[in-house]
Amino acid sequence: MDFSFTDEQSMLRDTVASYLADNYSFDQRRAMLGQEPGWSSAIWKAFAEELGILGAPFSEELGGLGGGPVENMIVMQEMGKALVVEPYLGTVVIAGGFLKHSGHPNAEALIGQIIAGEAIFAFAYAEPQGRYNLADLKTTAKKDGGSYVLNGMKAVVIGAPYATHLIVTARTDAGQRDASGISVFIVETSAPGITTRDYPTVDGFRASEVTFENVRVGAEALIGPENHALPLIEKVVDEAIAATCAEACGVLSKLHEGTLEYTRQRKQFGQPISAFQVLQHRMVDMFIQVEQAVSMTYMATIKLSDDKTRTKAAAAAKVQIGKACRFVGQNAIQMHGGMGVTNEMAIGHYFKRATMIESAFGSTDHHLARYERLSLGQAA
Amino acid sequence: MNLDFSPEENAFRQEVRAFIKDNYPAELRAAQDSGRQLTKAEQLAWHKVLAKKGWVAPSWPVEFGGTGWTPTQKYIWSEESAEADVLPVLPFGLAMLAPVVYTFGTEEQKKRFLPGIYNGDVWWCQGYSEPGAGSDLASLKTRAERITADDGKEYYIVNGQKTWTTLGQYADWGFFLVRTDPDAKPQAGISFLLIDMKSPGIEVRPIITLEGGHEVNDVFLDNVKVPVENRIFHENQGWTCAKALLAHERSGIAGVARSKRNLEKLRSIATTERSDAGGSLLSDAFFRRKVAELEIDLTALEFTELRTLAGESSGKGPGPESSILKIKGTEIQQRLQELALEAVGHYGAPFLGDLGHNANIGPDYADGLAGEMFNGRKTSIYGGSNEIQRNIIAKMVLGL
Repeated sequence: MDFSFTDEQSMLRDTVASYLADNYSFDQRRAMLGQEPGWSSAIWKAFAEELGILGAPFSEELGGLGGGPVENMIVMQEMGKALVVEPYLGTVVIAGGFLKHSGHPNAEALIGQIIAGEAIFAFAYAEPQGRYNLADLKTTAKKDGGSYVLNGMKAVVIGAPYATHLIVTARTDAGQRDASGISVFIVETSAPGITTRDYPTVDGFRASEVTFENVRVGAEALIGPENHALPLIEKVVDEAIAATCAEACGVLSKLHEGTLEYTRQRKQFGQPISAFQVLQHRMVDMFIQVEQAVSMTYMATIKLSDDKTRTKAAAAAKVQIGKACRFVGQNAIQMHGGMGVTNEMAIGHYFKRATMIESAFGSTDHHLARYERLSLGQAA
Repeated sequence: MNLDFSPEENAFRQEVRAFIKDNYPAELRAAQDSGRQLTKAEQLAWHKVLAKKGWVAPSWPVEFGGTGWTPTQKYIWSEESAEADVLPVLPFGLAMLAPVVYTFGTEEQKKRFLPGIYNGDVWWCQGYSEPGAGSDLASLKTRAERITADDGKEYYIVNGQKTWTTLGQYADWGFFLVRTDPDAKPQAGISFLLIDMKSPGIEVRPIITLEGGHEVNDVFLDNVKVPVENRIFHENQGWTCAKALLAHERSGIAGVARSKRNLEKLRSIATTERSDAGGSLLSDAFFRRKVAELEIDLTALEFTELRTLAGESSGKGPGPESSILKIKGTEIQQRLQELALEAVGHYGAPFLGDLGHNANIGPDYADGLAGEMFNGRKTSIYGGSNEIQRNIIAKMVLGL
């Protein structure tokens, strides 16, 4: 049992942190988000070329840094601290995960393009009717000779406006909510028949409603087993959950630190409001939540490699992090008083991201119910 | 970062498991199962077995009898101990006083007191709280005046009242905080004294708690004569010892392994008990949600404790971070007790006192659950209340 980081891992953290400190300040980020295209290809290029972090979780044979889930955790935690919108999660964690696990013949080439910063992915899995059920799919992919034809619609595809490729879950067989009959495809965003409605999200990302109308892809677009891809999807989503928990740890630590700092300088009744015990205890409770969130993120990250414990660990972590996001986020705003509800201060932007993380890949209730089924068996 | 146990660690786990299985006293197991209050000899039975084996004080420095185990080995030890439901060894001497003696005591004091603590020959009790000094411990008033007696030796004459002295009715010796300088600032005039409980002028009176048990006591001190060489560390600097002791008291308080075992018990009860709809209580939507949330909180606490242990192994002692473990650990213990009582429904009500399982009223697993829950309210109060723990974190960790 070991909770320490290797020298390489500590160096990775320092590299990301110092780059973001210099190039991704709150003001730089705000200026960038305020204009099209709402993300920075220069930053992405630097991630690939200067920092090399787009290869963090890939083996050295593939051109990566030889890391894994812990490296993703480190990068995501730092990105959370800076509220980075560039699509590390969709590209490196999610698409990287699908490619690594699928054994697809083109996987090596595509991972090479990811590491080089050339291929950018968005994960098109959610549908308007499906809520957080990964198997609830109306989007279909019909086999037609040597190709598949996709029809349907995907909701709130984060990062789609700046993606070169989509990872699309679709039904190749069986009924709308069946566990079987699900397959995964890689589709280039430029493919004929794809239309998107692009928009900003409340927490600074860009997303799309993506419609597929007779989008024809070749057989090589299929990644993972035909009709039986749900376990693969669940595995990658658990990896995405662990990475999102890590991002949340970064966001939460900034919410907590920002609140300490603000209450120390804000004076009322002739003293800093941090001197009031009622606020001190609230900040202690926030601190405990942050620490517990970090503990659960470590736990979930380490357990990703074991399919027997992975799912329960990811569900438990997401419950803990969801609750922490609400408690820490809302109390941070409360203790900033009126300033907390202005768009001027960074604190509100961390709060918005924390709030969206609460429901990312399933709300607290969703994961609590999932945890119950895994740990306590079916309900009556 | 990994959670894997090495082959050596797995072998250690087997060794520990086998040792407990082969050496846990059968009479003690029977006494525990009977549900009655344990005798003094029973309370010390497991301690003595462990002392003989050399395993009674894993956390002590090796030179005084510690095992030199790694944090992972200590974690395995506590897991196996909880799994086997062994009676926890009493903390007063081993976990609370001993670190003060080996950190602040003279060579002579170490030789004099540590062996008795280690072997379980001397039962220690704590004389900290007073009727007027609880959370504000430094306001304690028990007075110790230094005199030279007719024999030419120096003594402290101690007068005052201590309270909440756990299991003081069995104690041979006690460690006391007393005021040696009434004119100094509260924390500056305190000394740390070891007092023979058979000294003339000491009276121990029982306090009966909500569940009917006699666990805590008032201790009255009336002109008790204590040799000066029984003082640990410098005169008027006992607060330094007191603080160190409290940090040690807090670190074991998370009780993760024991809570894990109690969670298993709760799940087993809730599998047997029926819901209003006739299924198992564990399949009831409301009840299972509470169990699941508790289980997740306990997992978070476990990993926070593991992170703390890992930090300790790199040279840091139990610091103010252990306050988190105290707060979360006791909250979880209390929720477990509440849910167990809730689970047994009507059979939470019978008061069986010392009859325990022999009463044959309702299911055996319901016996004493209300008492445990009533008694368990103490955990968020003792060792520095959970509100005081928040003050400690605010000041020491957050710098507020």
